[in-house]
Amino acid sequence: MIIKNKQNNFIWLGLAISAIAPFFFPNHITLLTYIWVMIILALTWDMLGGQTGYTSFGNILFFGVGMYVCAVVQRDMFSSGLDRFERVSEVVVSLNASEYFISLAVGTFSGAIVAVLLAVILGSGILGMRGHYFAICTLGLGHAAAEITSGIEYLGAGSGMVTPIYPSELLVGKEGFYYYAFLLVAITTFFLFRKIYQSQFGLALNAIRDNENKAESMGIHTTQYKIAGWSISAFFLAIAGAGVGNVIGFIDPVEIAFSGPTFGVWMIVMAILGGKGTIWGPVLGAIILYSAKETFWTYLLGWDKVALGLLILIVVVYFPKGILGYFKERKQLSNSILSQKGES
Amino acid sequence: MITYLNILIDSPEFLAQLVINGLLVGAIFALIAYGLALIWGVMDIINFAQGEMVIFGGYITYTLFYQFGIHPILSIPIVAVLLFVFGLLVYKTVIYRLLGEKDIFITILATFGLAILMQQLMQAIFGPDVVTANPELGMMHIFDGKVSISNIQLISFLIAAAVAIALFIIMKYSRMGQAIRATAQNPRASRILGIDIEKVYANTFAINAALCGIGGALVVMVWTIHPFIGLVYTFRSFMIVILAGLGNFVGIIFAGMGISSLENVTGFVIGAEFQAAVIFCLLVIILVTRSILARKKRQYIQ
Repeated sequence: MIIKNKQNNFIWLGLAISAIAPFFFPNHITLLTYIWVMIILALTWDMLGGQTGYTSFGNILFFGVGMYVCAVVQRDMFSSGLDRFERVSEVVVSLNASEYFISLAVGTFSGAIVAVLLAVILGSGILGMRGHYFAICTLGLGHAAAEITSGIEYLGAGSGMVTPIYPSELLVGKEGFYYYAFLLVAITTFFLFRKIYQSQFGLALNAIRDNENKAESMGIHTTQYKIAGWSISAFFLAIAGAGVGNVIGFIDPVEIAFSGPTFGVWMIVMAILGGKGTIWGPVLGAIILYSAKETFWTYLLGWDKVALGLLILIVVVYFPKGILGYFKERKQLSNSILSQKGES
Repeated sequence: MITYLNILIDSPEFLAQLVINGLLVGAIFALIAYGLALIWGVMDIINFAQGEMVIFGGYITYTLFYQFGIHPILSIPIVAVLLFVFGLLVYKTVIYRLLGEKDIFITILATFGLAILMQQLMQAIFGPDVVTANPELGMMHIFDGKVSISNIQLISFLIAAAVAIALFIIMKYSRMGQAIRATAQNPRASRILGIDIEKVYANTFAINAALCGIGGALVVMVWTIHPFIGLVYTFRSFMIVILAGLGNFVGIIFAGMGISSLENVTGFVIGAEFQAAVIFCLLVIILVTRSILARKKRQYIQ
């Protein structure tokens, strides 16, 4: 009970710091925003990758889908539609404040719905597979989406799209608005996921990780649980994608929306670095990796992505349990030693 | 899309052109896929860095050609040896440490990290540009000049065939080849009978890397490469192996050629900008179909 209170105090302290952080670092609000984005990415990846043990390489699909659907809604909802003689990638819609926020809300929500539908449809095909085949199949998803999007003129093809400009006459600036928006989404994700993992649903997910055949013979419809888990993560991932598209202000199929080498890899590395299968692991991993990336990776110049690849290898080969997993194991070890001493 | 389909129906020689190109290049894909099937069958791991090894081999050929003036065809043995050593190195530093791992996703993640590391290293070293090492050997025309084949494609097909035959003989008659096949059948029994499993695994992984290197040398002669195209080759080899099944040498050759031709034709009909997407989607479709078929029997594919 004391531990629980301690943890709650810790959370409240963290939230209080996060809520006032923008006032102390007014020049780095976007960087702080990205920490929340990363936390959402890592948490949603961990739903399937950590809790059910299904390492998905294709979750970036939902991120990009959310981004694109939101951008299309924002572009077409209040303007008379795009002028076909113009190049799509150069269309910039100007909206007033109420139009901006309404289209943003509608766009984000519809992006999330589309992502959930995709997760259900794709999941019923893909999540029936196991092991190597599952990994191969998901690896292709993000890349297929990037290739297909690059060929569709309505979405700006390879050159991408421009998201609407944030209305200037408002009290809260763009950076502040998105900081608090992402803070809200990340907190919602965190508490909802914690609730889920504590519930029977979470137990079922963990049962799948521990022994899927046994779980199935105990009457758990494993595929349906996996689909449900994937849909929940797709929902929040799409919301994150919709927001990131607006923070950057520009969408591109290969480099931003379905970017395997950046967001797609980060979410996996962050969750594993922090400790997959735990609720705090992805949060910790996201904060550590992103802060490290922003503080010293810029000095690596062109070699930062090389360092990322090396980091994955080192983490996976030497610390597959992650930071939290390492401490958990040590604690269990010392506990068992203590209890042995007590017995003797 | 319909117009392209009509072109194919109206002029069969165009279809023949696409299919012949596909068959010739398919032999290279089959070679790469065989390497994957080998490590999958023997060590039960899959290598997400397969395509990156191919591209790495291609870059070595390219460098040897432009820096040292070695003809691409003559560079093939050098590439094979270099990649063999590279394979041993990767095995010792990464794969060896994960062999006892129960969670197969850990191994997959490690090769995934290796793939990213290799991509980025190649971009940092060789630059992001598209390169080729085409020796410009001219074209050959058949069917009254309606179908043209570049000589280098034909030569690379023959080289791939020669390598495949050599590999077949090695696997069948050499002691190491027999040990590899024995380990694939039953690792525990082979260990009891005195086979050094560690050595077999190291050799298998290195042979796979060497095959990828040879494939890469052929690819850079026939086509172009750049640091991020590796994934497409990884996918092609997975698709071929999944269609043919593990340890089915002849099946892999036919699947390689068939998939390559199919890819050429669909790429032409749907449009070149979707060709890479076609590969990814084909793989997903094949797997999902198999999964659904398996589910009817209350099984799953793994």
